[in-house]
Amino acid sequence: MNDWAAKAADAADGPLIRRKKRGGTLRMDWDLYLLLLPGLLFFIIFKYVPMWGVVIAFQEYSPFKGILGSDWVGLQHFAKLFAYDKFWEIFRNTLLISFYNLIFFFPAPIILALLLNELRHQLFKRSIQTIIYLPHFISWVVVVGMTYLLLGTQGGIVNEIIAAFGGEKVAFLTTPEYFRTLLVSQSVWKEAGWGTIIFLAALSGVDTQLYEAAIVDGAGRWRQLWHITLPAIRSTIFILLILRLGNILDVGFEHVFLMLNSTVMSVGDVFETYVYREGLIGGKFSYTTAVGLFKSLVGLALVLGANWLTKKFGEEGVF
Amino acid sequence: MHYKPSLGSRLFDAANVAILIVFSLVTLFPFLYILATSLAPLQQVLRGGLILWPEEVTWDAYRTIFSNTHFVRSLMTTVFVTVVGTLTNLVFTVFMAYPLAKKRLKGRRTMLFLVVFTILFSGGMIPTYMVVKSVGLMNTVWSLILPGAISAFNLIIMKNFFQGIPEELEEAARIDGCKNLGVLFRIVLPLSMPALATFTLFYAVGHWNQFFAAVMYITKSNLWPIQVVLRQMIIEGSTQDFEVAMGELNIIPATIKMAAIIVATVPILLVYPFLQKHFAKGVLLGSVKG
Repeated sequence: MNDWAAKAADAADGPLIRRKKRGGTLRMDWDLYLLLLPGLLFFIIFKYVPMWGVVIAFQEYSPFKGILGSDWVGLQHFAKLFAYDKFWEIFRNTLLISFYNLIFFFPAPIILALLLNELRHQLFKRSIQTIIYLPHFISWVVVVGMTYLLLGTQGGIVNEIIAAFGGEKVAFLTTPEYFRTLLVSQSVWKEAGWGTIIFLAALSGVDTQLYEAAIVDGAGRWRQLWHITLPAIRSTIFILLILRLGNILDVGFEHVFLMLNSTVMSVGDVFETYVYREGLIGGKFSYTTAVGLFKSLVGLALVLGANWLTKKFGEEGVF
Repeated sequence: MHYKPSLGSRLFDAANVAILIVFSLVTLFPFLYILATSLAPLQQVLRGGLILWPEEVTWDAYRTIFSNTHFVRSLMTTVFVTVVGTLTNLVFTVFMAYPLAKKRLKGRRTMLFLVVFTILFSGGMIPTYMVVKSVGLMNTVWSLILPGAISAFNLIIMKNFFQGIPEELEEAARIDGCKNLGVLFRIVLPLSMPALATFTLFYAVGHWNQFFAAVMYITKSNLWPIQVVLRQMIIEGSTQDFEVAMGELNIIPATIKMAAIIVATVPILLVYPFLQKHFAKGVLLGSVKG
């Protein structure tokens, strides 16, 4: 196991320069170990201690008895979980939001990058890029806040315009049918522009002679796009797609949390929002840790599976 | 190219330019609307309708939010967390990335594995919360800084960046009498400025926009960062603090909300052009495969 992690971490290494083994690297490099110390402490305290902390998923944790003193209950919480309708509801909501994102959000940066790539006027291209990168730097709180100010039924400008044309006001924010659409639209608005960077970088490496040759051969713009531009970013698309599939249970939880209100709970409640509400607010520590552990384990399996799949298809894996 | 573009090709270009202009306008529209409304005089706002240009500039809404101690205090908290948090991030990340970039280091592979593993698997929200609580960080600004001191992704990217620096430079520095730390501060860091600029930007944006950590770890409203206060004002619609001020100044809350959004957004957008020249391209894209 150690091997693949180190290999992954070394992915961008240059040629390996071997040094002669000098006696006692500890003596020579004690300062390097000292530098490592704060980082190691961070990983141990804030990453590995919580990993050990998941044992409370198998206990009836009581804050008074502590982790060491609480009673063990085996898989009871997991049994409860799978028998619980609410659990399947959050599972379904998570998958549906991910599915919407995959269909409608995932292609957006690719399409934008292809459009940008076709622009000839460089100054115009750079201006468009600067504008569409901007929303990436804005918090989800602001994005959701803007949505409230624009789409709200009391004074929201969109509803005012609808009303001015004699239409009936639409409760965008409190209607379950609009929830996922809104979520995906916000994601496209905020991140699609930023997402073009990786594709534009791949496209910048395409030899312009290919296009010239294609023109001589009589290929129109669409044929050039199809036969030259798209193949150039195919492997990037593929890797990002596989990564997305591996992270299918992650739905951008801060975003969802901010968009949730009691009227859209039936479509918007996902793993983390549920864990936060029932666990941190409701105090069911052991049960919600079991929910979180289930999610983490499925996520781990999916990422490793996706990575294996990537290699299977002859692309370079991520790990 | 000397080929005369065909009609189809020109139509293609026209459609392309049109689509991109529409997308850019959709991107800019909320900013313009909110900025214009926050600056518009009361009569114009009360008349209703779409405001994209204030008839005259009024700063009343801004005066109101800046005279609100709750809002100003949260802004100060966020500035503090952004400055101190970003410095912490950089120091922790650089200090750990540099030794891990040295292939001779014993235990390096194990440590790298442990770092990468945290990307794949985590203890989850509740156990992390329990750790933060038991080390006494609850209701301190440090709960917004320390639990996220290192991003494992950034660490790996920085380590790879350090490894890309030619080893000969280090050898030369050693011959000139530099030890490990000397090499780090005199050779490696000066050569890594573009990378450091990029990480500074990303960490700083992360801190400025930090929201959920504060929801979890900070229960006292006088320690809330700006994002939590914004949410309370705009999304939960709880404006009791501001209704008083509203009575005095006779400004409708929408303009105050919009002014608050502008105040919470503009500082982080100002950082962007300064660091843009060093941007992502060199550092991040080189490390993301594909």
